Amino acid sequence: MQSAISLSLSSPSLIARSSAANDTCPSPLRSLRFCGLRREAFGAGASSAATSLRLASFNSRSQHSNLNGVFAALKGNGAPSSSGFDYDLVIIGAGVGGHGAALHAVEKGLKTAIIEGDVVGGTCVNRGCVPSKALLAVSGRMRELQNEQHMKSFGLQVAAAGYDRQKVADHANNLASKIRSNLTNSMKALGVDILTGFGTILGPQKLKFGKGDSGDKIITAKDIIVATGSVPLVPKGIEVDGKTVITSDHALKLESVPQWIAIVGSGYIGLEFSDVYTALGSEVTFIEALDQIMPGFDPEIGKLAQRVLVNPRKIDSYTGVFASKITPAKDGKPVQIELIDAKTKEPKETLEVDAALIATGRAPFTEGLGLENINVQTQRGFVPVDERMRVIDANGKLVPHLYCIGDANGKMMLAHAASAQGISVVEQVTGNDHVLNHLSIPAACFTHPEISMVGLTEPQAREKAEKEGFEVSIAKTSFKANTKALAENEGEGMAKLIYRPDNGEILGVHIFGLHAADLIHEASNAIAMGTRIQDIKFAVHAHPTLSEVLDELFKSAKVKLTAPKTVAKAVPV
Amino acid sequence: MSHSHLLHTSFVPTAPPSLRRRIGGGSHLPRKPHLIQSKIREIFMPALSSTMTEGKIVSWVKSEGDKLAKGESVVVVESDKADMDVESFYDGYLAAIIVDEGLSAAVGSTIALLAETEEEIALAQSKKSSSPASPSAAGSNDAPVVLEEMPSPVPASAPVVASVSSNAGAVGSAVHPASEGGKRVVASPYAKKLAKDLGVDLKGIVGSGPNGRVVAKDVEAALAAVNVGGGAATTAAEVAKPSGVELGSVVPFTTMQSAVSRNMVESLAVPTFRVGYTFTTDALDALYKKIKSKGVTMTALLAKATALALVQHPVVNSSCRDGKSFTYNSHINVAVAVAIDGGLITPVLQDADKIDIYSLSRKWKELVDKARAKQLQPQEYNLGTFTLSNLGMFGVDRFDAILPPGTGAIMAVGASEPTLVGTKDGRIGLKTQMQVNVTADHRVIYGADLAAFLQTLAKIIEDPKDLTL
Repeated sequence: MQSAISLSLSSPSLIARSSAANDTCPSPLRSLRFCGLRREAFGAGASSAATSLRLASFNSRSQHSNLNGVFAALKGNGAPSSSGFDYDLVIIGAGVGGHGAALHAVEKGLKTAIIEGDVVGGTCVNRGCVPSKALLAVSGRMRELQNEQHMKSFGLQVAAAGYDRQKVADHANNLASKIRSNLTNSMKALGVDILTGFGTILGPQKLKFGKGDSGDKIITAKDIIVATGSVPLVPKGIEVDGKTVITSDHALKLESVPQWIAIVGSGYIGLEFSDVYTALGSEVTFIEALDQIMPGFDPEIGKLAQRVLVNPRKIDSYTGVFASKITPAKDGKPVQIELIDAKTKEPKETLEVDAALIATGRAPFTEGLGLENINVQTQRGFVPVDERMRVIDANGKLVPHLYCIGDANGKMMLAHAASAQGISVVEQVTGNDHVLNHLSIPAACFTHPEISMVGLTEPQAREKAEKEGFEVSIAKTSFKANTKALAENEGEGMAKLIYRPDNGEILGVHIFGLHAADLIHEASNAIAMGTRIQDIKFAVHAHPTLSEVLDELFKSAKVKLTAPKTVAKAVPV
Repeated sequence: MSHSHLLHTSFVPTAPPSLRRRIGGGSHLPRKPHLIQSKIREIFMPALSSTMTEGKIVSWVKSEGDKLAKGESVVVVESDKADMDVESFYDGYLAAIIVDEGLSAAVGSTIALLAETEEEIALAQSKKSSSPASPSAAGSNDAPVVLEEMPSPVPASAPVVASVSSNAGAVGSAVHPASEGGKRVVASPYAKKLAKDLGVDLKGIVGSGPNGRVVAKDVEAALAAVNVGGGAATTAAEVAKPSGVELGSVVPFTTMQSAVSRNMVESLAVPTFRVGYTFTTDALDALYKKIKSKGVTMTALLAKATALALVQHPVVNSSCRDGKSFTYNSHINVAVAVAIDGGLITPVLQDADKIDIYSLSRKWKELVDKARAKQLQPQEYNLGTFTLSNLGMFGVDRFDAILPPGTGAIMAVGASEPTLVGTKDGRIGLKTQMQVNVTADHRVIYGADLAAFLQTLAKIIEDPKDLTL
């Protein structure tokens, strides 16, 4: 019965599920939740035959929306509910944020269009998280196969592992196209209108799209979401030639594996690439402007990560320096990198390397959006928004019916954050006030092993505690005590919980270790739902699994409550 | 070259491609017009030490026709103990090589000719053909190596400067253009890491990577050369018969081997005796483990311990120079024997009692690397007052050393091994123990002196907390 149900839903959900392969694109999350809801709704009382169930599900869906994949594809996505507009919602940018918003909008019965100026999927799918995961999947295996000790400890014998660069590159490229077509199909199937060209806002609720010539079309929409994303940030003085001085856009094509590559910036992008390059045989030099590499991570996690991900690998680093000038290799000369002291600006050293990857962060892509037409001034390129993603104009007033999500607003530059913001906006325009809790959005770095985090770092938590006058406690567990991790010979790692001992609130969780990126969601969900430690510690985890790392983490926290208030009553089964 | 100023140096990379290319095609370099006065200078075999009577050309760094700048290395010469780069005091062109690689020449004899201008190269070569030595060779050696030339009307004993860069023919190609002739080390991240871990000084290493950068395998090769039985990375001249010995042949000593031979015979004139002792090294091993990550080596720890013991027993640090008197040395300089390819050398840790263990370890690494590259300066291997010889790393549990002439004592150190021992309270236990055996000149050092010294040393080694002070 259950299986019959899921079969009936297979067209939309399969698409969604296959895109689950891509890490941070949250569309699958949404769709899976959708499946769950259905199952609950129909699975409970249903005892009739599979066919009738399928009908029931179709009916119930068409009742309140035009969401059904099959029907929608045939009919288009209906008429705008409010008269006088071409669309209820137009989204500029078909990246992960726009896609998430579009799907949710259709679910809510809005006539929706999405404007894509480049390719569906945006940065994440085409030039970001998705292809990089393909490369990291390769690097993880290479790393394992090359680690003789590791293999021997399993009793395995592996002859020298090698790789074919072009095929690795193809894998990344194929994955991107696959996810891209999944995304496109999922929107087409739901009847989202995909409009091609650059979108420009002409005035309130009015915009045009096209190639910027006379063929541009003008459309109106009740609400507009700007989701134009970002591009790699290249600081001035750096000349990118796409061959020896590259950004992540080029690196993901893996056109070469240089012997020695300098990575400017040691945040998560730089760190992931260092994982890929060192596994493929490159040597890496980090150039970091701050005083230590891997800024932004919880210091304790960063330290451990450095011990595991940097020190034993073929990596060295320069900290507290800017790359003031980078010249690509030419005329037989290597890439030249001039370093200056980050504070005194005095020249420090010149490096000569085979290639340089610029991973200094990302800059919002908001030019040509026509923001001046509605009196909005960007701040360092970012579109200013309030906590509900409503765009703020130059006078500090909200621009009605205009929202901005994702990298373009700079709140949290993560694909799944963009999508969550998009869903939040759709909730608002359909009448449900919604404020997204950014502290519940997890982030992950897909090195080997992975790093993941949600909420505050320890210094941030302590600062907040100081200000608001509460106490902060820390609990830690090690992967070394976890059966599954030990079975995998991957005992290196820790999980760290930052919490309030007075009420059991989870302030932050940081994990470094095997599959950390998958493990973090128990914590992020708890934060999102407001679940307290004294409650979640009674949740049961399958044994033996890595999830027990978190189980143990919650259990080791010491909450000063007299009696847990929600112990389930014993029910005979 | 444009980048040389970016690197804040006036040093021009030694063998830029443009220079090398000229060999065939001559000309095109703008020459200074005022250098009209023409001269052909002879390059003499320099005297690199007071005892040197002849020197062997290890390699020519430059080829005939190459342009030389003042201060650039021209040739690598092997003396008794070290290979030295000999550099030029003049700008000009290496016109003719008179003594080829692998051959020896008496100190002061002409080994090459230096022309001041290109036009004079031909003239110089005609001059050379009138001189006896053999021709050929040179042209083939276009490996872009560092180096300098040593032209000169300067007499043989003139101030010859041993250059920073390593000897020529080694594995790689050019010195990295950005390395400023060796002043700056260009090494890949892994090479740096490896060098640090293995205690190899990157400075003496010629890189084989792109643009002459030092890569991991260069570091490994360097280390192999330092270790006994290590192969490969020797100088070009010696590559001929490295480790593979041709059976049935008679191979003459190298200059270094001759020097060792002389010293060994000389040692027979000294009445020596030996005293052995067994140390328990558990505490020392624990300390070593603790500070190993800071770059401290066991050799440095032993040298330090020995030096501290010598402070209390100056007589063991003395020597007998004339058969009539004690010479009490004012410094405690611990020499440590190192096997290098083709011989043995004893780099000296000067003032080992005064220098802290971390600096001492760094110093040791530097010395070993220089020794490998045959670039030790005389004061770096001559001034030892007490010698250590350690074969423990090969599992040797005890041996006996020959006293180097001019010093009072040498200590042979065996392996540190777990040993079953009986203790005074009647139990037996496992302890890590190490045997040493000191050979001393009995004219100045007596049995009781050595015994007392060894007792002190045992105390230090068995309670090594003072070593890190």
